[in-house]
Amino acid sequence: MAVAKTLAEKVWDAHVVRKGDGEGANAQPDLLFIDLHLVHEVTSPQAFEGLRLAGRRLRRPDLTIATEDHNTPTLDIDKPIADLTSRTQIQTLRNNCAEFGVRLHSLGDAEQGIVHVVGPQLGLTQPGMTVVCGDSHTSTHGAFGALAMGIGTSEVEHVMATQTLSLKPFKTMAINVEGTLRPGVTAKDIILAVIAKIGTGGGQGYVLEYRGSAIRALSMDARMTICNMSIEAGARAGLVAPDQTTYDYMYGRPHAPQGAEWDAAVEYWNTLRTDEDATFDVEVDLDANTLEPFVTWGTNPGQGVSLSASVPSPDDFGDENAKAAAERALQYMGLAAGTPMKEIRVDTVFLGSCTNSRMEDLRAAADIIRGRQKDPNIRMLVVPGSARVRLEAEAEGLDKVFKDFGAEWRFAGCSMCLGMNPDQLEVGERCASTSNRNFEGRQGKGGRTHLVSPVVAAATAIRGTLSSPSDLDPAPESAAIRTDAA
Amino acid sequence: MEKFTTHTGIGVPLRQSNVDTDQIIPAVYLKRITRTGFEDALFAAWRKDPAFILNQAPFNAGSVLVAGPDFGTGSSREHAVWALKDYGFKTVLSSRFADIFRGNSGKQGLLAAELAQDDIELIWKELENAPGTEVTVDLLSKTVVCGNIVAPFEIDDYTRWRLLEGLDDIGLTLQHEEDITAYEATRPPFMPKTLPARLS
Repeated sequence: MAVAKTLAEKVWDAHVVRKGDGEGANAQPDLLFIDLHLVHEVTSPQAFEGLRLAGRRLRRPDLTIATEDHNTPTLDIDKPIADLTSRTQIQTLRNNCAEFGVRLHSLGDAEQGIVHVVGPQLGLTQPGMTVVCGDSHTSTHGAFGALAMGIGTSEVEHVMATQTLSLKPFKTMAINVEGTLRPGVTAKDIILAVIAKIGTGGGQGYVLEYRGSAIRALSMDARMTICNMSIEAGARAGLVAPDQTTYDYMYGRPHAPQGAEWDAAVEYWNTLRTDEDATFDVEVDLDANTLEPFVTWGTNPGQGVSLSASVPSPDDFGDENAKAAAERALQYMGLAAGTPMKEIRVDTVFLGSCTNSRMEDLRAAADIIRGRQKDPNIRMLVVPGSARVRLEAEAEGLDKVFKDFGAEWRFAGCSMCLGMNPDQLEVGERCASTSNRNFEGRQGKGGRTHLVSPVVAAATAIRGTLSSPSDLDPAPESAAIRTDAA
Repeated sequence: MEKFTTHTGIGVPLRQSNVDTDQIIPAVYLKRITRTGFEDALFAAWRKDPAFILNQAPFNAGSVLVAGPDFGTGSSREHAVWALKDYGFKTVLSSRFADIFRGNSGKQGLLAAELAQDDIELIWKELENAPGTEVTVDLLSKTVVCGNIVAPFEIDDYTRWRLLEGLDDIGLTLQHEEDITAYEATRPPFMPKTLPARLS
């Protein structure tokens, strides 16, 4: 009888080009084949340069795809990029892709966008694949049952030259989420609660598998939100077993298999489940029934609480390092222990990033704000994850909903998630953000970030303070009817 | 890659956990297209504070960074390793490293040595009591020596071997090119290709 395996182990085993040399001082790890390499402008120039200097070719341009996302402006995209270093970096990507024969979706192209939105949308991300990119949020693609992970630039160059990676073996962790989410509670709240539970280092050395009835009930967009933030728990990769939801999402996408190949693929994908008698190294349980909207108060994604709770005190932490980290975080965030989270007033709301910028995210936020007024002191940016998402949203009239509300409707890119383009917070500015990192200065020097879900972001834009949809007064009748019908 | 066997240099106590790569090098510095010249970018936001440890002699001449747990979390940017190296750091000691940072360090010849947190605390105290104390990090014996403190550290065997030999990863892998070609022939036909491009 075959040895029982977890999903991650099955995908790993199916990609071993060369088994490691076993134990010993110079034991080589397994060499794995990489099915899809996603490339963007920030982490690739030095890798392309490395190939050039060594006189090496890019082995598989047909398994490589590039897009422009981190530096791209979200306004005036028809004009030359104002920031000269950004413009140079984008131009370098264009030159490199032309030289090495890599497909590139540039700013202005309908398939341009955040690399982790573009891959799935084109049907290039499929179950059972190995997917890498010089970006830690590559874990997003795990939502399809792919083993997907972020890599550094040296590894980018390695994949370009060899289409393989030497990887250290990982341990497996099951994240079991059972039950039914209450209204207003979303995938983002699940993953923020998971990170608060296991900590920013809890997943180090592990691949996470998200399981249980609450995960099965989620759409692909929502599963991508969860897998996206695996890295915030320290795990390089996180995945969800493919099922009918996955297949329905993929069917008919440009690069999805067609005809007899589709049938062959589905037959294979159906084997991509953790075996009943397989064991995980660690199991973590989370109750979906009691989960509330979650929000971060500090400067790492593990520093989160329920939105109905208060800012914790450093004394709440037993560990000396955690206590010191909390003290420092409160000072940076300008918060006093004991303040109810819902009394915290914000300046800016950012709806976007590879975590929450897909159609479902935009629809969920639009359903909250439709027919309501924005707090006049709030600036709200809505940045679709890709040009394609932007087009689809406009076809549904979501752009009008956001604009009527007083939000700015922008072009696609990473934008204010990390502020490599002009979309940045000012010193001391406080932001409710649907992105993934609340690190010091992440969204702009001195900026203060609270990570939230799209519906909490929307409710916050209405009330001006961190809010959940349940805090809102009933919407005007016409809007309510619209919402019910959606 | 330069070989790493042993290094002795001034230790810098960085009493902080969760030093993420956005702190090691803020995103604004990632727009460069070179692999060197990042020394000014290292801890750029924190270095604006005169009280920051790297703004104080003799720590500004340090080459052994002794940090709190969960060092290098967050973004995969290898620029974090380049910035540490360009500044002059040869090794980072911590009780826990983020996986991607650890991998990036190994590719660039920066030794990420994992020590017990108790030993990190002892070294912190020693470096604070006697600023300028040199720390010796010996990869052959996997030992750190600081004053009277002798502490073992962990590193995986493969990375240790590559650091000791100064080996180029790509060159090693290309020795197995036949295996790669053989594997490619077995891939199922339904697996997607990016070329020719299919558009919606």
